[in-house]
Amino acid sequence: MTAISPPSDRLWWKHPLDRVEGIWITIAFVWCMVMFFMMIYWHMYGNQNLSTETYKTTPEMFTAKAQAMVDQYTVRTEVDGAYPVVAPPAGADVYMIARLWNFWPILQLEKDQTYRLHLTSMDYNHGFSLQPANINIQIVPGYEHVVTVTPNQSGTYSVVCNEYCGIGHHTMVGRIYVK
Amino acid sequence: MSIATTYRTCPRSGLQFESQAEKLMLANAVAAVVFLLIGGILAIGVVLTRWPSIHWLEAATFYQVLTAHGIDMLIFWIIFFEVAVLYFCASTLLRCRIATPKIAWTAFALMVIGGVMNNIAVYQGGSSVMMTSYVPMMAAPSFYLGLILFAVGALIACFVFLGTLVVAKAEKTYQGSVPLVTFGAITATIIAVFTIVSGAIILVPTYLLSIGVIDAVDPLVYRTIWWAFGHSSQQINVATHISIWYAVAAIVFGARPMSERVSRGAFLLYIVFLQLASAHHLLADPGMSTEWKVVNTSYFMYFAVLASMIHGLTVPGAMEVAQRQKGYNKGLFEWLRKAPWGNPSFSGVFISIIGFGFLGGISGVMMGTEQLNMIIHNTIYVPGHFHATVVIGTTLSFMALTYFLIPVLFKREMIAPTLAKWQPYLFGLSMYGFCLVMMGAGTLGVSRRHWDMAFQGSALAYEWPGAAYMMMGLVGVFGIAAITGGAIYIYVTVGSLLWGKKLDIGTVSDRPTPVPPTAPAAAVQTYGSSGLVAPGSFVLALIFLAAFILYYFINWKYLSQLWGLS
Ligand code: HEM
Ligand SMILES: [Cu+2]
Ligand SMILES: [Cu+2]
Repeated sequence: MTAISPPSDRLWWKHPLDRVEGIWITIAFVWCMVMFFMMIYWHMYGNQNLSTETYKTTPEMFTAKAQAMVDQYTVRTEVDGAYPVVAPPAGADVYMIARLWNFWPILQLEKDQTYRLHLTSMDYNHGFSLQPANINIQIVPGYEHVVTVTPNQSGTYSVVCNEYCGIGHHTMVGRIYVK
Repeated sequence: MSIATTYRTCPRSGLQFESQAEKLMLANAVAAVVFLLIGGILAIGVVLTRWPSIHWLEAATFYQVLTAHGIDMLIFWIIFFEVAVLYFCASTLLRCRIATPKIAWTAFALMVIGGVMNNIAVYQGGSSVMMTSYVPMMAAPSFYLGLILFAVGALIACFVFLGTLVVAKAEKTYQGSVPLVTFGAITATIIAVFTIVSGAIILVPTYLLSIGVIDAVDPLVYRTIWWAFGHSSQQINVATHISIWYAVAAIVFGARPMSERVSRGAFLLYIVFLQLASAHHLLADPGMSTEWKVVNTSYFMYFAVLASMIHGLTVPGAMEVAQRQKGYNKGLFEWLRKAPWGNPSFSGVFISIIGFGFLGGISGVMMGTEQLNMIIHNTIYVPGHFHATVVIGTTLSFMALTYFLIPVLFKREMIAPTLAKWQPYLFGLSMYGFCLVMMGAGTLGVSRRHWDMAFQGSALAYEWPGAAYMMMGLVGVFGIAAITGGAIYIYVTVGSLLWGKKLDIGTVSDRPTPVPPTAPAAAVQTYGSSGLVAPGSFVLALIFLAAFILYYFINWKYLSQLWGLS
């Protein structure tokens, strides 16, 4: 009779449901549908959707592209020359390398301009966690992920690695300036 | 068939325990508690390191301890206990002998060996890869081998459970359909088989990689298959702890399901949809198509969410109906006010239900929404969410069930009943606080699995807002309170087993007494005829829905203020 003994109706699938259950199932179902359409709605009308543009890559291929960008657009260096600050023109392809344990180089972007940001890792998984905006994207080695970004506020942003990547994980922080 | 075994009828509960099954349940439950103890000690290290003003352990030790904490708790504690629950749901509830006890002991031995081997690998260093062990970061071969042996053992235990169902059917120890709780356990087992197979598909090649037999495993393929395993293993937990909710409702209140069809149908939704919904762990990954993400997180996940929302109404609803039949009929909530709040089996389950729904459920849907995932992925919000599911939901339910099992299965009088009475409140409510502040810190962006939020030694350190530091401090405070609650549980359980007064074991017979056939009762309610039988639970459900909707749209608002991304 109770939940720990066999049901009194052998044919439990014919057991009637109470109105309270019927109403709740209906409401819950409608809510699930709202949540479903919300994702699709945001793809059509929202401004924050994660791109799925992805290519297979290798550390050599990606480094070559990042190096070319650095050679062309470096405006200054920081941390005793360790980090070039690169300011590519609006609309450009920009590259950020994630590796044990830094993000390289530092990018300098313009507010309200759009860039194609390429991300990959040279070694393990890493995390792209843009702070204080709080945008979080996984970085997987072997895959080049192209995300189109449009910064909407100027300031100094940090890129914190938020995928565990070994003993130096907590030192892995990069930077993006938005002018 | 004559098999030399005995059946004991417990004088306190009327439940019947077959002697082999009873020993197996006891062994698995004890192994579970041992791993909970280890995981709990490790939690002290984790929490005191993440508490910024204490920042206790060195980085290397912290990552090692965190790896072991995750695995010991999420895998070993929970699965050992689940095996005990499975045997209970088959052999005890159906009053039959356990199928192939020798094989069941082999399963147990494999699980113990695997668990110990994996722990040793982690403590030796060189395997601090976290429970997810994402390639190409590699652990020692014995790390993977330990997990594989454990999984094989668990898989065998699943088949012993299924075999026991066959025994019960063949030996006619019950009539009609299996009880709802057993039905829930079958759900959990079916999901478990799928889960363990996915685990094997990914862990076996990774093991081969670690010993140099193959030379690469694709990192993205690894993540995808690993989460088919990692996500569905959580559904085993959900199906199991919801079965326990129904069981405790039946034990404490004599409650019957409001409608067998609805409750069982909801379990079936889990089988059909839950294990497919693993995409929400990969929403922030490159390479997956939008369509796949949307279909997987909505069509699959929302049907599972629907199932959980149904149980969220029908479990308290069943309690409410039972209480109202006893005459607690005043207003919306007399049934709840007059519930046995001093009985830790009840209070544990009730705190579990509310916390699992409000904290674990709502936050889980946020993270599982394709775009909202970007403001949460890999922040400490994620452990905030899953401590609400696996700790408040699963662990606390297991604790509540244990309090019932101490006199019934252990045959001991509970030591320190007053401590036990307060334990679910201390453990459960401090976990509520713990989860909330972790989610708060995660909303500010604080990373999970991160040794130092001050980024010492980094050339480009970021400075978190003061509120983030404050919340991580509170994580420490609530965490220590919860660990104290966990310690009380272990003290009461182990103490009762060792020093509790021995209780009458009841009558022993060499043949099972079948479950008496239940007389077909007139249904107490039919759809649309009697109005609302559980108005109080319905109001609770509506409050839940309101919180859910509000928080959902707050997150969209927050998302809409970010950089444009496309
Ligand atoms: C009793 C009190 C507990 C406390 C204070 C506690 C504390 C924590 C903290 C602070 C973290 C996050 C650390 C980080 O990401 O930097 C964590 C991770 C975790 N905890 Fe707990 N925990 C407790 C109990 C449990 C229980 C009972 C379970 C499972 C049933 C569990 C499962 C996990 C898992 C799976 C992780 C993730 C490990 C990883 O990221 O790989 N914890 N715990
Ligand atoms: Cu990193
Ligand atoms: Cu990292």
